[in-house]
Amino acid sequence: MTAKVRVATTSLAGCFGCHMSFLDIDERILPLLERVTLDRSPLTDQKHAGPCAVGLVEGGVCNEDNLHVLREFRAQCQVLVAVGACAINGGLPAQRNHFEVGDLLRRVYTEEPGLTRRVVPDDPELPLLFDKVRPLHELVKVDYFIPGCPPPAEAFWAFLSDLLDGKEPRLPKGAIRYD
Amino acid sequence: MRSASDILNAHRGDPTRLVQILRDAQHACGNWLPARVLSEIARGLGLPRARVEGVAGFYAFLNLKPVGRFRVLVSDNVTDRFAGSAETCGALCQRLGVKRGHVRSDGRVSVDFTSCTGLCDQGPALLVNGLAIPQVTGERLDQVVRLIEADTPVDEWPADLRRVQDGVRLQGPVLGATLEPGAALHRVLHASPDDVLATLKDSKLRGRGGAGFPVATKWETCRTAPGDSVVVCNADEGEPGTFKDRALLMRRADLVVEGMTIAARFTGATQGFIYLRGEYEFLLPHLNEVLSKRRAAKLLGTGICGDRGFDFDVDVHLGAGAYVCGEETALLESLEGKRGVPRHRPPFPVTHGYLGRPTTVNNVETYADAAVIFGLGLEAWKALGTEQSSGSKLLSIAGDVERPGIFEVPWGTTVREVLKLAGAGSVKAVQVGGPSGELISPKELDRRIAFEDLPCAGAIAVFNESRDLLEVVVNYAHFFAHESCGFCTPCRVGTHVATRSLDKLRQGRGSSAELAELGTLTRLLRDTSHCGLGNTAPNAWRHYLDKFPDDLARRLQAGFVPAFDVDAALVAARTARGETP
Repeated sequence: MTAKVRVATTSLAGCFGCHMSFLDIDERILPLLERVTLDRSPLTDQKHAGPCAVGLVEGGVCNEDNLHVLREFRAQCQVLVAVGACAINGGLPAQRNHFEVGDLLRRVYTEEPGLTRRVVPDDPELPLLFDKVRPLHELVKVDYFIPGCPPPAEAFWAFLSDLLDGKEPRLPKGAIRYD
Repeated sequence: MRSASDILNAHRGDPTRLVQILRDAQHACGNWLPARVLSEIARGLGLPRARVEGVAGFYAFLNLKPVGRFRVLVSDNVTDRFAGSAETCGALCQRLGVKRGHVRSDGRVSVDFTSCTGLCDQGPALLVNGLAIPQVTGERLDQVVRLIEADTPVDEWPADLRRVQDGVRLQGPVLGATLEPGAALHRVLHASPDDVLATLKDSKLRGRGGAGFPVATKWETCRTAPGDSVVVCNADEGEPGTFKDRALLMRRADLVVEGMTIAARFTGATQGFIYLRGEYEFLLPHLNEVLSKRRAAKLLGTGICGDRGFDFDVDVHLGAGAYVCGEETALLESLEGKRGVPRHRPPFPVTHGYLGRPTTVNNVETYADAAVIFGLGLEAWKALGTEQSSGSKLLSIAGDVERPGIFEVPWGTTVREVLKLAGAGSVKAVQVGGPSGELISPKELDRRIAFEDLPCAGAIAVFNESRDLLEVVVNYAHFFAHESCGFCTPCRVGTHVATRSLDKLRQGRGSSAELAELGTLTRLLRDTSHCGLGNTAPNAWRHYLDKFPDDLARRLQAGFVPAFDVDAALVAARTARGETP
């Protein structure tokens, strides 16, 4: 029996919708798990990635923690994949890119009615926000992009099957989606 | 002030004149088009409001939001850049107290960049409310500032300030033609179509706008296509660095119209248009005068040369700042009062052109050449040029040369000879044929300007050793991204994505990842774009990457580098928290 391939997944500034769509491969997850071991992933709750063949990243980069995780994935994964609209374009979180982030923080945390403590959260545990939400490829080299919001389960299945079979991944036409 | 209904009446309520109507309406409304006016125009023409706004939104010189009463646009061609356009723009903004891209609080003035205005030999150049102002540095810049602050309407500015030189440095058979108006036409008048066709074929005249299509084939196809044919002169000289049609229209407009009239005689057209790029609005009075004189001399209008049944007239349409309208089908769309989006081809304009009628669309120079061929005779013409490229070619040379301007040379002249004529010193690279043409290295200077080797629609930009070639390539890439009509995704998105990779390279943040991206984009744009704009947009960066590996190598990082400064991008949030960045 050949060794299993290690795959890591994570969600940065995303909604986990891509992960949910991944799980929509339904019972095909069983044959997949015969060939794959999940490394760091919300599905394993493992906190750090080890050396992996493939890393799937959903969500864009909105704060310094996102960047930290993304860099860990890039360092550990031979093939890094940007999954979904937010990872590829910034997506919904990038709607804030039209505003200045300092203004946004002050407006939300010090000016909105009904606040009891009017201060921009400054706990050092909280990761700092970037001025703009960015797609992954502006920060690290990305090898593949799987578009969609979310990409359909078929896209995950086809992509991983091709990669595991040693083929250049090609998404079937219906699996390439931009909505 | 003219009301919308006056303007509509002046244009006979003709929806095909929508671009002209919007230009006039904008002029009457203080340099922009309020929603109310768009609605009035839509009602008056019986067009959907969305169609009118869609057209107004397409053209860079039509404004849907207020701009300054003096709208100052600084030409952003790379040769203008090197002549100091950025400094001129900065100085204007500072002296006038306005931020680039914004309107001054009193509404008086706004300043911004625009694509090449065709005054590269007289840069840095401005357009002020559409009128060209060359060489804006030093005292002339002071003068511009004073006139704006004095609220002097631009058509009352001193003639000296607005005077554009024709820039002719070397004449050939076309620029030097001494033909009397009508001389060439008279020779065609009594010739049979077969004889005219034989002459055209024998002349081997090919279109001068870039594609080099044989004129005889085009005219003959148009002549035999069913329907009332139309003759269109493409004077939308938008390729950055090209300004030879400007010189031709200043000096030999009569010859151009004569060529159009010959085309009309041959194809049976009664209607003609000159589509003049908006940047050349300053030429409009002169062109109209030439047309009037020809009408008075019975060389245009009804019964031309006393031949009852030979009717032909020419109308000048102004563009409104859209490079893509130089593409013939986009030009026809614009002539019909629509957004300048290129059509699907086939059918080609020769059978289905303006309003679906057979249409001969040729470049300004092509018509002038045709008139010279019939006026001076074939032998003189065929004595010049090469096997596949007959006659002469007008070149507009700008950049790092002592004598920028217009040179009429025989086809087949080498780049080296051309550079010598214009007085080039040390040469790092030459862009032949504008951004969509070919960037050549000093090793290629013995190549010939001819359809067989280096085709060229006219633009030659020379860059000396001190210039940053990547700045040139980046400028061109931004030009295409700005001018993409947005119709097809490969071009609309691809040209923008390319600017990001190129900007990154320019900032010294590039690596092999960006080169791979540019390679993918090159194939994507070349193979899948809807028209020539997208197909040729990758040329400049492709040639740079292929031909200047040493220049490239010193800019490349060994590994991937983020596109932006990560620490600087955290400063705003740190400050909001009260931390010292």
